[in-house]
Amino acid sequence: MSTTPTTLFDKVWDAHVVKKIEDGPDVFYIDRHFIHEVTSPVAFLGLKNRGVPVLFPEKTFATADHNTPTINQHLPVQDPLSANQLKALEDNSAKYGISHWGLNNPKNGIVHVVGPENGITQPGMTIVCGDSHTSTHGAFGAIAFGIGTSEVEMVLSSQCIMQPKPKKMRILIDGKLGKGVTPKDVALFIISQITASGATGYFVEYAGEVFEQMSMEGRMTVCNLSIEMGARGGMIAPDETTFAYLNGKEKAPKGEAWEAALAYWKTLKTDAGATFDKELHYHAADIEPQITYGTNPGLGTAITKNIPTAADLNEGESSYKKSLAYMGFAEGEQIIGKKVDYVFLGSCTNGRIEDFRAFSSIVKGRKKAANITAWLVPGSHIVESQIKEEGILDILTEAGFQLRQPGCSACLAMNDDKVPAGKYAVSTSNRNFEGRQGPGSRTLLASPYVAAAAAVTGVVTDPREFL
Amino acid sequence: MAYDKFTVLRSTAVPLPIENVDTDQIIPARFLKATERKDFGDNLFRDWRYNSDNTPKEDFILNDSTYTGKILVGGKNFGSGSSREHAAWAIYDYGFRCVVSSFFADIFKNNSLNIGILPVQVSPEFLDKIFTAVLADPKTELEIDLPEQTISIVGTDEKESFAINGYKKHNMLNGFDDIDYLQAMKGEIAAFSEKSFY
Repeated sequence: MSTTPTTLFDKVWDAHVVKKIEDGPDVFYIDRHFIHEVTSPVAFLGLKNRGVPVLFPEKTFATADHNTPTINQHLPVQDPLSANQLKALEDNSAKYGISHWGLNNPKNGIVHVVGPENGITQPGMTIVCGDSHTSTHGAFGAIAFGIGTSEVEMVLSSQCIMQPKPKKMRILIDGKLGKGVTPKDVALFIISQITASGATGYFVEYAGEVFEQMSMEGRMTVCNLSIEMGARGGMIAPDETTFAYLNGKEKAPKGEAWEAALAYWKTLKTDAGATFDKELHYHAADIEPQITYGTNPGLGTAITKNIPTAADLNEGESSYKKSLAYMGFAEGEQIIGKKVDYVFLGSCTNGRIEDFRAFSSIVKGRKKAANITAWLVPGSHIVESQIKEEGILDILTEAGFQLRQPGCSACLAMNDDKVPAGKYAVSTSNRNFEGRQGPGSRTLLASPYVAAAAAVTGVVTDPREFL
Repeated sequence: MAYDKFTVLRSTAVPLPIENVDTDQIIPARFLKATERKDFGDNLFRDWRYNSDNTPKEDFILNDSTYTGKILVGGKNFGSGSSREHAAWAIYDYGFRCVVSSFFADIFKNNSLNIGILPVQVSPEFLDKIFTAVLADPKTELEIDLPEQTISIVGTDEKESFAINGYKKHNMLNGFDDIDYLQAMKGEIAAFSEKSFY
């Protein structure tokens, strides 16, 4: 029997279309919905005002993360507005029968960390959340993307949203990554090549040896950053690495259901001969440890290179100069050796156990530089426990670092973890926008290795010196 | 939430000729702590608009009283970054009904359409013409005709068509929203769910 070769994306998308509206979007069915305290309260208010219930409360999962403190979580939250949002999430979840992992729940953590580590995220699913980094879950071969609050209300009330089908892009990277080159560097490299809007309108499939060899944590980091190239989301075909990660996770299928799921999941790959609207091809050997120097994630470069001049780039010249002025950098300057004030290890991009292993491998036997304030924030309590069990906490403590409690923290600085105006932070998070880590803060995005190297030297440093 | 119908909008415009205006600039995360949709317009472009002591920054366009109107004109890749619908709420609550750019980020575009802001994507050349005209004369009016799907610079021959799918156009013209549409499909959705693998 011959069938038309189909992409992974089309297989999953087409299996979730309830109805195609002529000259309009698809009515798109959602398998799993994550909510958090910031983008859900107005959606619940909408339900109340319309007098409609939550259609399938068992398909929505709530966790508090954006607006939570990362120290003294056992004490009442001091900011009344934050406390009010956390209370609203708790109350709304209870009212509608939604699973809620609030502050101090052992399952609590960043939504895109706890979903996968508890087996909620599975191949072939459609997953949405009122958070753009929902693209993270694409690492499992799911179609996952961020939505707005109106759409959160749609999912709560009807388990569907209205979505025009995006175009398809495949990004192929072959070869093996060099020493000290991490999944974060792969993603920052791609974004620096295609700009922060280079994949807008597309859904990306990452393919090739580099991704096949990558751990699930690494795949999550790459898919997480899909939105930073403008893509609706990114995905990687599930394989033995995926299945091994999921096997035994709390919410993963068990017994016969596992076997049935596995049989289905093994069909979830792009057929030979299937076509994409756009294909890009890079070589692993061309990717060095990366760092950003500007105010969007596309303004990044290999750490050994100098800051490009406006003439080298495809950006509008005035916007580029505005960006460098904000950062206090000049065109053509060397980045290595730049003084750093803050180091942030954490976020849904790099707050998983592998990231803490990488960071600790460099700081082991060294000391935190005196000029550095370091915030090390695990993505979840489960990650926090792993850090302790594996002896990583001892290494960090010995080197002069403290471990904070889980949450989004300084990635978006909604809580007290704010980088002061004018200060430089090397961050493993996902956005270097003006003021993202606090009003006036200046962010250099990089991998956990680069963050660790900066943390022990006090300046931007090529981490390969320490590996 | 229901919003006002959109048919033809003729208004002066506020120019923001900056590329990659991300949603953290439109409204910083620290102003997302409300549990109801209220007063977000006050913090629109907060850190570009106000100093840290809350005094207005005089060189920012929203603090220049010569520029007013219901149309915001932004540079390429407008609304990138976070999915926060609060960014669209802030723009709407401030008084804008339409954003014009040569390129919009996907989630921002969806959010805008869902709350009654019309995102109008024009060619880079036409965007330049708008910026030139509006910066030369703040009284320049733009006309956005949704039924005809055109945008023009009033008093000139400059006019361009823009795209919008028929479903969303119908919604905007009538002030309808997707949630009501989906509510009416609940039977079909429940039947679909029965067959779902997950």
